[in-house]
Amino acid sequence: MSPATRHHILSVLVENKPGVLARVSGLFARRGFNIFSLAVAPTDDATRSRITIVVDVESAPLEQITKQLDKLINVLQIDELAPSDAVERELMIVTVTVTPESKPAVLLLTDEYSGAVLDEAGDRITVSLGGTPEALDAFTSQMGTAVVAYQRTGRIALPRITS
Amino acid sequence: MKTNGGAALIKALELEGVDVIFGLPGGAILPVYDPIIDSPIRHILVRHEQGAGHMAEGYAHATGRPGVAMVTSGPAATNIITPLADAYMDSVPMVVITGQVGTAGIGTDAFQEVDTVGITRSVTKHHELVTNAADIPRIVREAFHIATTGRPGPVLIDIPKDLVDPTNPNSALDWYWPDSVDLAGYNPRLDGDPALIEDAARLINASQRPVLYAGGGILKARAAESLLALAELLDIPVVTTLMARGAVPDDHPLCLGMPGMHGNYTAVTAMQESDLLIALGSRFDDRVTGKIDAFASHAKIIHVDIDPAELGKVRRPDVGITGDCRLVIDELIKALKQLGAPENQPDRSSWKSTISGWQEKFPLSYVQSEPGDLLKPQFVLEQLRDNTPDDCIVASGVGQHQMWTAQYWKFQHPYTWINSGGLGTMGFAVPAAIGAKVGRPDRMVWAVDGDGCFQMTAQELVTAAAERIPVKIAILNNAYLGMVRQWQEMFYEERYSEVYLSPDLPDYKMWAEAMGCVGMRVESPEDVLPAIQRANEVDDRPVVIDFRTDASEKVFPMVPAGKSNSEIVVGPEGLR
Repeated sequence: MSPATRHHILSVLVENKPGVLARVSGLFARRGFNIFSLAVAPTDDATRSRITIVVDVESAPLEQITKQLDKLINVLQIDELAPSDAVERELMIVTVTVTPESKPAVLLLTDEYSGAVLDEAGDRITVSLGGTPEALDAFTSQMGTAVVAYQRTGRIALPRITS
Repeated sequence: MKTNGGAALIKALELEGVDVIFGLPGGAILPVYDPIIDSPIRHILVRHEQGAGHMAEGYAHATGRPGVAMVTSGPAATNIITPLADAYMDSVPMVVITGQVGTAGIGTDAFQEVDTVGITRSVTKHHELVTNAADIPRIVREAFHIATTGRPGPVLIDIPKDLVDPTNPNSALDWYWPDSVDLAGYNPRLDGDPALIEDAARLINASQRPVLYAGGGILKARAAESLLALAELLDIPVVTTLMARGAVPDDHPLCLGMPGMHGNYTAVTAMQESDLLIALGSRFDDRVTGKIDAFASHAKIIHVDIDPAELGKVRRPDVGITGDCRLVIDELIKALKQLGAPENQPDRSSWKSTISGWQEKFPLSYVQSEPGDLLKPQFVLEQLRDNTPDDCIVASGVGQHQMWTAQYWKFQHPYTWINSGGLGTMGFAVPAAIGAKVGRPDRMVWAVDGDGCFQMTAQELVTAAAERIPVKIAILNNAYLGMVRQWQEMFYEERYSEVYLSPDLPDYKMWAEAMGCVGMRVESPEDVLPAIQRANEVDDRPVVIDFRTDASEKVFPMVPAGKSNSEIVVGPEGLR
């Protein structure tokens, strides 16, 4: 099964208060729901935060996850985003080893993915890339064994604008 | 008006209508205990914080009002976690206030510091760590609102010491009392969807073999009268789960009694053979369903619950209605009548005669003991049941004695049965009975306890004696952890491992007397009634009766764990 069908995105609007993230993540642990990735930050309204959770819907029916989440007093709104109904982005920074021969290709590829070089020394180079999770997967796959270290943020998403 | 956090807390509790707090002071909560002296709120000083929590639960079960417990930080907070978990599982409205180390000490491993909100996160409906004294009135108001509305449950308020200590500037606030509660993320739905209610009515109209499956939510919603009206309108039988015993009187012709692992044959089998289960405030607990794949496999399901997460959690309903049971049942009755009930109901006489056939063929039964042998626990319960008032409140611990009480008591009124259903907390009976008696001093309150359970929380009888709370405790003393023994006998080839307790160690009569109670011991059938009568006459202190019962007696019927309810074992003769 492809990741796209096993995973579902929940965009959860919560009160921006101490302990709220712990309540949300604790609920997932307690009920045996698996989190694939999680991103959290305040929204344009500083009293609200948005938690974007990519859940493994094989671990539990999505309906049960959202119903249990909705019971948390500090959870204000839950939007289930099917991948086709959402715009998603994820940020990655990745350090790769380069040789004088391979470096131009790495820079070219980074440019193709609209990435940027953040740091560079000796035979290593660190670039940042924002994009869809699939694009980031494709980039790292093309870098292959040159990847020394990488870090991804987990995806953030908003519903597509419908006219 | 200038005030401080401690005084504001007590004033807020008074405004919430709290008449009693079960608690035990200590360092971090100390400043709050000073204003209690001048408050009309009665404080009951427990001997262990677990007792405070279970008393608050017993109070809530008996009165329908939220129970309140207050304890200090650290070990006191950890001691009250079991009652929080118990109340969470059984949807008991309760507010627990814990002291916390001062704000500056939080996170430093200060003396008697634990991360109380962290530890209690998964066993509370909600919890707040107060960070500002000015929040106290609002947080108390919200806590009571959350605990008592929607699906009731326990709410914990953790308050750092500096915010309640009048000598600390952090405790200063201007008094206010919120007119209303504003919680954007909390809006329990009470009214059922009319379209779904009509769907439910149509399913009922088409059903040949319906059963009303009443759970604890019926009692939480004060829906017992509505339930009876529904059952009588349609002439449909009702099973009352462990948490709903008393929701319909046991002597009512439509009441089939308790279903589940130790339910009676008729209740279990009627559900199993039904073509429509109307689940009202029940949650398809594994102890009710047995093997879930084999549970009532021909039945369509109507499921009404105030907690939408219960709908489809275990069994997918054909019609799932989120709402308050009382309101939904009342609307359902209207919808049924509009469609022509009761005249339009199908002829269900063959279903009724099938059910009464089971009742005749498989009544609850036991074999009375021979003269000189130990008492049968069922006999003791029959005597107790028949020699206490109809509205007597009975509490129990967890194990064989609990199941026998649930089976043999004839409940005539709602809110007369108090037990630990979901969590299965041994030691629940004594403190829960005390809390119930505090809440309903007009009622006689008996606890039926096991010898193993009694030893876990008996110290609260000191509280009861000191506070003149005349509860009565019947210990069914079979000298064993009886339910575990039963499983070892039936499923572990009689290899008894760590279940023997001794009938004489401790000496329950002397122990009771040492705690300021009347203590009695009963060993033969003819002494049972006189002891109960004597106990009933005591109204100035607790009474403990040590009934010596037969350890070989097992709870039947029984659906072995993991088996289908169709494999119910009616009695010991069905074992081999």
